[in-house]
Amino acid sequence: MKTESVLEKVLRSGNFAVTSECGPPRGAVPAKILEKAKMLGDYVDAVNVTDNQTAMVRMSSFGASLFLRQAGLHPILQMVTRDRNRLAMQADIIGAYSHGINTMLCLSGDHPKFGDHPMAAAVHDIDSIQFIQMVRKMRDEGKFQGGADIENPPKMFIGAAANPFADPFELRVARLAKKVAAGVDFIQTQCIFNLEKFELWMEGVRKRGLHEKCDILAGVTPIKTVGMARYMKNKVPGMDVPQHIVDRMAATPKEKQADEGIAICVEMIQRLRQIEGVAGIHLMAIEWEHKVPEIVQKAGLYPRPKIN
Amino acid sequence: MITAERKPIDEIIEYIRPFQKILLVGCNECVTVCSAGGRKEVGILSSMLQMAFLKQGKSIQILEHTLERQCDPEYVEELVSMIDGVDAVLSMACGCGVQELARRYRNKPVFPAVNTKFMGASERQGVWAERCAGCGDCLLGITAGICPIARCSKQLMNGPCGGSTGGKCEISPDVDCAWALIWERLKALNLTDRYEEIIPAKDWRNGRGAGPRKIVREDLAE
Ligand code: SF4
Ligand code: SF4
Repeated sequence: MKTESVLEKVLRSGNFAVTSECGPPRGAVPAKILEKAKMLGDYVDAVNVTDNQTAMVRMSSFGASLFLRQAGLHPILQMVTRDRNRLAMQADIIGAYSHGINTMLCLSGDHPKFGDHPMAAAVHDIDSIQFIQMVRKMRDEGKFQGGADIENPPKMFIGAAANPFADPFELRVARLAKKVAAGVDFIQTQCIFNLEKFELWMEGVRKRGLHEKCDILAGVTPIKTVGMARYMKNKVPGMDVPQHIVDRMAATPKEKQADEGIAICVEMIQRLRQIEGVAGIHLMAIEWEHKVPEIVQKAGLYPRPKIN
Repeated sequence: MITAERKPIDEIIEYIRPFQKILLVGCNECVTVCSAGGRKEVGILSSMLQMAFLKQGKSIQILEHTLERQCDPEYVEELVSMIDGVDAVLSMACGCGVQELARRYRNKPVFPAVNTKFMGASERQGVWAERCAGCGDCLLGITAGICPIARCSKQLMNGPCGGSTGGKCEISPDVDCAWALIWERLKALNLTDRYEEIIPAKDWRNGRGAGPRKIVREDLAE
């Protein structure tokens, strides 16, 4: 075991892991984050806390993670290279670790263009692979990126994202291999709707044995409405929603669409569980956190293993 | 080359409004190639300004001159005979040219008439695109001759983000994904193995990180 991370313990114990996501509020309102945390409570092993998601200012991932930690949950500190240079990032990592936060996700982040500060300067001092390298060096060598020693190095369980649906597709396995070489421990994928394409990617992953070197959590998202399905299909870069899913939502009466979305999500989880090399799911129920317990239960993933 | 675009005419007018006699200086190099501040543009801007002021009931006098290179002291020296007779200088060169004039003619107000944009190349007639960010430690040798620093919207050094779609960048269908281009070219060159070498975090001291940069060639320096 590399860390004290509950997610790592769940994965090592051979359990199928469940993580979810929690977007911090756009203001100093701890109650909002605690409310979401309570809903997720017992149903997931760890909760991603997003970092200025979609390039909009929110309560910092660190600040919100601390509330989750205090509420007895296991936060996954998300961090993007867009907003901070390597000094600020390392400072936050040791700060978070000092507060018992031991799991994190290294990302480059959405472009400022998509948020409400399109005029902001993006930093990108390092990229996501260099970021993984940096955290691994902090943990395993006890050294800052610049080479100096760290007193009490942060033992972080290191995560990153992978998008099997972005282009160029043939490069996507190699991109994961690079993250593995950089030292990633676990991967959360983009939301999966196109199972065939995901299978194809996993085949490439298995061929190179990458699933044995990092734990792959398959991303899933419940669709609320046919409008959301269409939006994700047409407007979100790197998202692959097949037409049959849109059609299935469209064929469902409006008041039943939410339930249908959940049914699709549960079916998807069941199919993903059968795929060799998938170690868990990452459930992104964007502003629909209260549905997480239902989905986890219906997918047969409740109760979660008790791990200290 | 360095690319530039003329500033909005109203901004230029505001700069020179308080002055009577203006020296408008173009440059024969980059700004000529990108049609922003060569002899022709100097002529056009001069007439535009005369007309604009005339409309407002004010007459101004504009001397026009275009230097071979405005970023080079040798050529900037040519203006000596004209400078004393004017109240202010308006430069159509890039920021380097403007600063060279300001450095040489300390007592003369110098104003920029263009916005200096980036180091780019001509994509086709009338279209210039950013190609290099002057990072000071060129990666083109390992990225198949396509710059990830200047051409990837997130400056990613190790591969495409999750937003790359159909060869285009997530920020716009009008922007090529630099990493899609790099990958295509690595394939064409049979060099795809190179992709998996991790490019380490950059030492930005080679770029702007260590403050203003200078190249000193001892063999040439006087
Ligand atoms: S790697 Fe650096 S020097 Fe080379 S083209 Fe890109 S920005 Fe310019
Ligand atoms: S889509 Fe391509 S160019 Fe755009 S940010 Fe992602 S990797 Fe960079």
